[in-house]
Amino acid sequence: MSGCNKLVDVGRRQFLRGGSMAAACAATAVVLPNQPAKAAQTARVEYPTNRLGNVSDLSDNEPLDVSYPDEDAPGVILKLGKKVEGGVGPDGDIVGFSTVCPHKGFPMNYDGDSRTLNCPGHYSVFDVEAGGQQTFGHATQNLPQYMLRVDDKGDIYAEGVDELLYGRLSNVL
Amino acid sequence: MAFKRQIDRLPIIPADAKQQNVTCHYCIVGCGYKAYTWPINKQGGTAPGKNIFGADLSKQQETDTEAWYAPSMYNIVKQDGKDVHLVIKPDNKCVVNSGLGSVRGARMAENRRSDVTGTQQQRLEQPMVWRYGTWQPTSWDDALDLVAQVTARFVEKDNEDDLFVSMFDHGGSAGGYENTWGTGKLYFGSMKVKNCRIHNRPAYNSEVHSSRDMGVDELNYAYEDYKLTDTIMIVGANPLETQTNLFLNHMVPGWRNGAKAIFVDPRRTVSINAAQDAAGTENVLHLPINSGTDIALFNALLSYIADKGWIDKNFIASSTFAKGEAVAESGTHPCALGSFDMALKAIRISTSEAAKICGVPEADIIKAAEWIAKPNDDGSRRKCSTAYEKGIIWGNDNYRVVGSLVNLGLATGNIGREGGGVCRLGGHQEGYFRPGDGHVGRPAPYVDDLLIKGKGAVHHIWANDHYKTTLNASQFKAVYNKRTNMVKEAMDAAAGKSREELVEAIVAAIKAGGLFSVNVDIIHSQIGQAAHVILPAVEAGEMNLTSMNGERRLRLTEKYMDGPGSAKPDCLIAAGLAQHMERVLNKMGKTDYASQFKGYDWATEEDAFKDGYSKAHTDVTYDRLRAMGTNGVQEPVTVFKDGKLLGTKRLYTDGVFNRHGRKDGKALFAAATWRGLQAPGKQAQKDKFAFLINNGRSNINWQNWFLDQDNDFVSDRYPYPFIEMHPDDMKKVDVKQGDLVEIFNDDGATQAMVYPTETAKKGETFMLFGSPQGTQGNVINNGVNELVLPNYKQTWANIRKLADAPVAVSHISFKSKEYRSA
Ligand code: SF4
Ligand code: FES
Repeated sequence: MSGCNKLVDVGRRQFLRGGSMAAACAATAVVLPNQPAKAAQTARVEYPTNRLGNVSDLSDNEPLDVSYPDEDAPGVILKLGKKVEGGVGPDGDIVGFSTVCPHKGFPMNYDGDSRTLNCPGHYSVFDVEAGGQQTFGHATQNLPQYMLRVDDKGDIYAEGVDELLYGRLSNVL
Repeated sequence: MAFKRQIDRLPIIPADAKQQNVTCHYCIVGCGYKAYTWPINKQGGTAPGKNIFGADLSKQQETDTEAWYAPSMYNIVKQDGKDVHLVIKPDNKCVVNSGLGSVRGARMAENRRSDVTGTQQQRLEQPMVWRYGTWQPTSWDDALDLVAQVTARFVEKDNEDDLFVSMFDHGGSAGGYENTWGTGKLYFGSMKVKNCRIHNRPAYNSEVHSSRDMGVDELNYAYEDYKLTDTIMIVGANPLETQTNLFLNHMVPGWRNGAKAIFVDPRRTVSINAAQDAAGTENVLHLPINSGTDIALFNALLSYIADKGWIDKNFIASSTFAKGEAVAESGTHPCALGSFDMALKAIRISTSEAAKICGVPEADIIKAAEWIAKPNDDGSRRKCSTAYEKGIIWGNDNYRVVGSLVNLGLATGNIGREGGGVCRLGGHQEGYFRPGDGHVGRPAPYVDDLLIKGKGAVHHIWANDHYKTTLNASQFKAVYNKRTNMVKEAMDAAAGKSREELVEAIVAAIKAGGLFSVNVDIIHSQIGQAAHVILPAVEAGEMNLTSMNGERRLRLTEKYMDGPGSAKPDCLIAAGLAQHMERVLNKMGKTDYASQFKGYDWATEEDAFKDGYSKAHTDVTYDRLRAMGTNGVQEPVTVFKDGKLLGTKRLYTDGVFNRHGRKDGKALFAAATWRGLQAPGKQAQKDKFAFLINNGRSNINWQNWFLDQDNDFVSDRYPYPFIEMHPDDMKKVDVKQGDLVEIFNDDGATQAMVYPTETAKKGETFMLFGSPQGTQGNVINNGVNELVLPNYKQTWANIRKLADAPVAVSHISFKSKEYRSA
C-alpha cells in the first residue's frame, strides 16, 4: 500500500531459546473448531520445542517479547490474570501469539486496556483473550497462537503454532 | 476458541505456473488479483529459480511482500477436468489495490467449490425439479422444458404481465456484461416483461434516479481524486468495511496528505476511527445526525455556502440550467428540477434550524460548510470529493436526499474536476447491458407487494433472495410459501403422470392462486426453498466475465476453473430457456411469438458478450481486455490505439452533462425541500417503538455472504447476526453480551445476538442486514418512496430477551472493533 507512514518500530525482539529440541509435536490444548473444517489438510511441519521464559518472568497483563519458532518470527507471551481457553500455567492464563499481522505483515502493538493486539498497517484488531480472534480487520485468519506447555520449574515452552505465520510458506523454515 | 485452520505450510507456486487475470468479484472496488494454477503433482521450491516470485522462500519475507499467500488464498480445484492447485492472491501491480487484499477478496480461493478440500459443497451442480416431495436432480433439457411449458401458458405476445422476473443488474459475482445481456435480451428483448425487480430492492428502478435526472452519472470520478482533494465527505457509508481497499489505498493516503474528513452518519463507524488515525482527530468531523435528516443538513450547507458566496459561479453559469424550472414535480419526479436559484429558493433552511432537526451543533454544520467550500487563503477554490451509499440510498426520501447532495457538488463546481466527484460508493461492481427498460414504466411496479397481493403466475428468479433482502419480509415469506406450496402439492399429486398432465396440474394450481417459482442461483438459497425448478449457475472465474468498478474500470476476469457439475453461466441458461420457449411456442402454434426467441446460438459467454456489449462498443474485445490485465480501462472507452484500449479517467471534464439525455448538456439542480420522514408508516413506527434498528453490513458479512454462510472463518466470528447496543440500553432490556434478542414491531419480528457497543447512541442500535440467520427485513414496514425505493434504514422496534448467550458464541470476541494506536 502506498503512503503507510505509521510503521511502528518494534525494535529487535528479545530472543529466548532453550530447552530441548524435541522431535514430536506435543498434544495441544487447542479445541477443534466448532464446525468441521476442510476434509483434508496438509501434513504438519515438525516444530521445535523452545523455552520462551519462566512463569516468574511474567506479571499480569505485561507483554513479554519472544520469538518462535525462530528469531525471525516475533511474538509475545502474556499472563492475562484470568483463565482463558488455550491458556497454560498454574492459573490457565498464559497465552502466546505471533505479533506479525497476518494481513500484510505489519508489527502490531499491544493495548493493555482492551487486551488486544492492534495493527497500524490497516487497523486490524485481534483479541488475545479470545484465542487471537480477529475482532475486526482484513486478515483472513485469526492470529497464530502458540501451543504452550509449562513444566514443573515454571519454564514455558512453545511447541507449535496453529495458523500459517505471515511471510513464510512453511512455519518452520 | 477462535477458529484456526491448523495449516502451517502451503504448496509453493512454481515458476512456470499458469497466470490468469482476476478482478475480485465480491465488491464494487474490484481489486486486481492473479490466479495461479499448476498441475496437482507439481510443486515449486524455495530456491529463487523454483518459484514464481524469484524469491528465496527459505527466509522470512518482509512486511507487504508479494511472496506470501495465506491459506485462504489456496485451494485445489478442477481445470479442464483435472485437479490443479490454485492460488488467488492480490496483484501488486493493480492500481486499484496495489497488492492489498481484504477479508473478503483474499478468501476467493477458499470459497471455490472443491471436492478435494471439501470447500463450498453447498454449490449447486445439477438442475433440480420438485418431484416426489423434494428436489430431484435432472437434465437441463428436462428442467428447461418444464419451465418453458409452464411459462408459455401464461405469456402472450402482447401481454407478459403474469410472468414476474427478479434479476440481478450488477457486475462481479455472477453478474457482468455477459449475464445482464443474456437475461436482458430474454426479458426485455424477446419479451417485454414489466413486472420485474432487481436483486436488492422490490422494483426495477434506479437507486439514484435524481442524480441521473440532474444529468450526473453516479460514478463520475476516479479513485485517485481522493488523493488530490482537500476534503473527503462520506455520507451514509462505512467504506473501511464495505469498500475496504478504496478506503485503505486511496482515502487514507488522501488524509495522510492533509485532506480533511467529514462523515455524515448517525453511527460512529470503524471508518471514522481509522480516518481519525490517518488524518488526525482534529481533521475529522463526524456529524452524527438524527437518522433520516440528511436533507435538512445538505440544504443548510448549501444555503450557508451560497450566502457566503462560496459557490462556483462560473461553473453554475456555464454548465447548469439557467432559468427557473426545467422539470416539474410529479409522480415520476418527486421534486422539481431546474436552475440553481430555483432550487436554492425551495430548499433554503438556516443552519440553526437544521441543527435542531439533525441534532448536531450548528457550529459543526458551519465547520462542514467551511471544509467543503470556503476558499483557501490565497483565494483558490477548495476541492471536495463526496461519496455516498446505502445510508441515504436506502434511507429517507431517496430522490430528494440524493438530489440535495448532488446539488452541493454542482454548486461548488466539484463534478468533472480533479479532486472532486459526487459518487455513490456502490455495492457490487457494475456490468449492465440490456435492451431498453422503458416499458417497465416509472414508477416501476412494486413487485414484492404485487406478489403479496396474489398477482403473478410464474416467477423467474436470477440470483435474488427476497427472503433475506426485502422489506416487509415477514409477510412476503408467509404469502410466498403459501402460494408456492399450492403448486408443490399439485406437483406431488401428479407424481408419475405424463409431462402434459403435470403441466396441467401446475397450471390449475396457479389459476387457483398458486405461483410457479424458478430459481437460478449458485446455491440453494432461502427463497430457493420455495422453488419448483432450480437451475445451477456459475460465477466469475468459473466463466469469463467482464465488469466495471466504482471508477468505471472495466476488466475481464478470466476463467481459471471449471464450474461445479453441469452449472452454466447465466447468459447461457437464459439462451437455453429462450430456445425452449421458441420450441414450445411453435408447438403451441404461436409461431409469430416463437420467432421472437431466436438469436441465442451462443456456445460461450464470449458469444453473449459479442452479441451485446461488443456490438455497442466495437473496440472492446476479450483479447484486448485480456491484454489490459488487472488495470483494464476506465469506461467509456474512447479508442483502441497502439495495441491499447484508451478510456476516460473522469466524466464531465468538459462541463457537459448528459446523463438525463437533455440536448443542452446542462446539469439541473433539485428543489429537494426537506419534508420529514417521507415513506408511509415511518413516523408512526418511530413514535411507537423504543429503538432505532439501523442496519447494514460488516466487512466480513457483505456481498459474499451467500458463500460465507458455508465458511468456517466467517461463521466462527459471527455465528448469528449481531445487533450493536449501548450498554445502558442493554441494561434497560436486561441483556448481556451474546444474548439472543427478539426485535419486534407491528410488521414482524426477527432475532439477533447482542454486541455491546460503547460508541452507540442510546436508543439507536445497528443490526446486520441480510443475514441468513435473522432477517432484518422482517421488521421493515412496506413504505417506499414515490419511485418504489425501499427505506430499510429508518426502522424502529422494541427489543426483548429470547435466550442467554448460546454456546456457539461463548468463545467470540465482544470487544470494540476500533483500532487503538500505540
Ligand atoms: S475491497 Fe472489495 S474488491 Fe477489493 S478485495 Fe475486498 S471485496 Fe474484493
Ligand atoms: S498489515 Fe494490514 S491490518 Fe495489519
